[in-house]
Amino acid sequence: MEQAFQALLAEWKGVKGNVIPLLQKTQDIFGYLPQDAMREIAHVTGKTSSEIYGVATFYAQFRFTPMGKHVMKVCHGTACHVQGADSLDTVVEQRLGVLPGNTTSDGEFTVEKVACLGCCSLAPVVMIDGEVYGRLTGDKLGKIVAAVGGAK
Amino acid sequence: MSGRTTVAVGMSSCGIAAGSRVVFDTLKKAIAQGGLNAEVVATGCVGACHAEPLVEVRESDGRAFLYGNIDEAKALSIVQKHLTAGTPVVELLIPADYPYMAKQKRIVLSNCGVIDPESLEQYQARDGYEALKKVLTSMTPEAVIEQIKTSGLRGRGGAGFPTGMKWTFARGAKSTTGKKFIICNADEGDPGAFMDRSVLEGDPHAVLEGMLICAYAIGSDEGYMYVRAEYPLAIKRLQIALRQMEEVNLMGDSIMGTGFSFHLHIKEGAGAFVCGEETALMGSIEGKRGMPRLRPPFPAERGLWDSPSNINNVETYANVPHIILMGGAQYAKIGTEKSKGTKVFALAGKIKRGGMIEVPMGISLREIIFDIGGGIQNDKKFKAVQMGGPSGGCVPESLADVLVDYDSLTATGAIMGSGGMVVMDESTCMVDVARYFLSFIQTESCGKCTFCRIGTKRMLEILTRITEGRGEEKDVAELEELAAKIKISSLCGLGQTAPNPVLTTLRYFRSEYDDHIRNKRCTAKKCKALIRFQVKADACTGCMVCAKVCPTKAAHGERKKVHEINQATCVRCGLCFEACRFKAIEITTGAQAFSDEKAALTLPVSGKD
Repeated sequence: MEQAFQALLAEWKGVKGNVIPLLQKTQDIFGYLPQDAMREIAHVTGKTSSEIYGVATFYAQFRFTPMGKHVMKVCHGTACHVQGADSLDTVVEQRLGVLPGNTTSDGEFTVEKVACLGCCSLAPVVMIDGEVYGRLTGDKLGKIVAAVGGAK
Repeated sequence: MSGRTTVAVGMSSCGIAAGSRVVFDTLKKAIAQGGLNAEVVATGCVGACHAEPLVEVRESDGRAFLYGNIDEAKALSIVQKHLTAGTPVVELLIPADYPYMAKQKRIVLSNCGVIDPESLEQYQARDGYEALKKVLTSMTPEAVIEQIKTSGLRGRGGAGFPTGMKWTFARGAKSTTGKKFIICNADEGDPGAFMDRSVLEGDPHAVLEGMLICAYAIGSDEGYMYVRAEYPLAIKRLQIALRQMEEVNLMGDSIMGTGFSFHLHIKEGAGAFVCGEETALMGSIEGKRGMPRLRPPFPAERGLWDSPSNINNVETYANVPHIILMGGAQYAKIGTEKSKGTKVFALAGKIKRGGMIEVPMGISLREIIFDIGGGIQNDKKFKAVQMGGPSGGCVPESLADVLVDYDSLTATGAIMGSGGMVVMDESTCMVDVARYFLSFIQTESCGKCTFCRIGTKRMLEILTRITEGRGEEKDVAELEELAAKIKISSLCGLGQTAPNPVLTTLRYFRSEYDDHIRNKRCTAKKCKALIRFQVKADACTGCMVCAKVCPTKAAHGERKKVHEINQATCVRCGLCFEACRFKAIEITTGAQAFSDEKAALTLPVSGKD
């Protein structure tokens, strides 16, 4: 991991507008943004650590704690809201015992609330590990969560 | 491809979510096993998302058969009956005169669902890059801009600024850095909108061709495509398209040997709604926090890295090649006097046939919702349509005959917006919708302007209180006062339009606000704190399904005996209501639900946002 990170820093050094791509690719490597990595990015880009931290915290994409094994994004776009996305939240909360923005204590699931996945005509939807599940009901979601969590 | 049958499977994000990958694999396997002379290809989204997964069989003689709602079994039956025996499976076909398609006019979407978006040859076979060739070999930059002006094209991102004029400014601007940039805004952030995603996934080359033409017109040699990270497939297809272009000299130095050079970078957004605002977007490309800045100077004068920049939306660029090929005057014949051409909409919500549609400007909302969309799901009563996302508003049923053009829609208090159209029925609570949008805005406000940052917070608190049955008489006046102040004291479009969802719902659905405040009643039976789920003793069969699905064990009872719902532990998720096959669960609100004051006060509070 460390090696990949160093290669990344070397690749983007001196490139115009490199801060956000660096943060994104660092997160790809580690699964989140470790503090030390942000310090090194600051060093390479010639900015202060606080500037880098300021940019990272501005964008919803960046995380500062490790992610769970599976990432579930519950869509809260307008169409999903109208079609009952908040009931899905209830199901997730009951099933996994966490509120959006958190990771289960066993590290299996990270649950996030997202603004819109753009699959509105299949609302309500959730995305689990990059795969979109649509036309959900609470019952269906419960089964999907069980299936994904079971596939270890 | 002649002599061979093509089987096209819609493989955009929504198609895949509906299960098209399984269908694709099944078809491929069955065709190979049967040794059939047919090729399975992946296409973008044809737009009929409600009927996904979609499969189109194109015979070698040019006839096409579109199948909808296909699963594994149905795919096998298409292979057996249609591909092997030669008889189309009539019961699975989407009829040729399908009303969903009849009233559409597809220019931007003309290739979507038709070509393989990962094939440059297929794009070129449908006049792809002909417009670019025409521009580079026979037109001056001024002549290009003149055509765009004649076409009357206005920005499709929502604001509707005339594109030709924008290009003129960028062309005329003096650069102090020696550079000019062009940017494509594909940071489609409005919840309920997926037009740009579908276009990028279904026809990425059209957008890139439009950008090249723009670059030539304004004299730029470098550009950025800013796509939101939530669209991985769109990003992947753009990268493929870009590589293909580089291979055949459609991108890079001296394109087509003409001396015109252009380089494009694809930038992934990092999840900030405000980056859809042009100055914030440029800040984000530069690697800063995406916060809007004061205009002027406008981007055309001083934009990205202090250089003159032209920024347009995906759909705007996608229109450009078509305008060049058909001529600005021909394009201007479509639409109304002040709104020319077509508009792509993402039709979603409580609609029977949702999906991506493209209609001529000047069509009425009613035609879109009832003729194209087929009306409301379960034949419920149509209440309103939300347009323009968080910056837009709700157009009520009584105004459904309004025409789709920039000015008529603005007059209703909504906006054309980028194209999100979320249909709402009698089970949608308009106060809750207003609260939903405010909660979105509150999360996404960049925090630069005090009124947007704190004013929207205060508005959200009031709305939350109202939906929780703790509204007061003075609340509506306070909402209006805050709305007016936020509008005039915010720097960017996001803040200036933030109160719109509240103002339009207040304007058209005031009685719902009053009902929540005075009678603790939510007529749509949506606001959790104001409703109760109850078992109707005469209808309950004691089948135990509600008890099984209830996540908190609030619904309980013995087999074959009338069940009960414990109001103290019920979280109002509605799962029992959905699951009950005997309609034995009813939702009550207002005085009917809370006969005694105490019950209303012990309710769980929903404000998780």
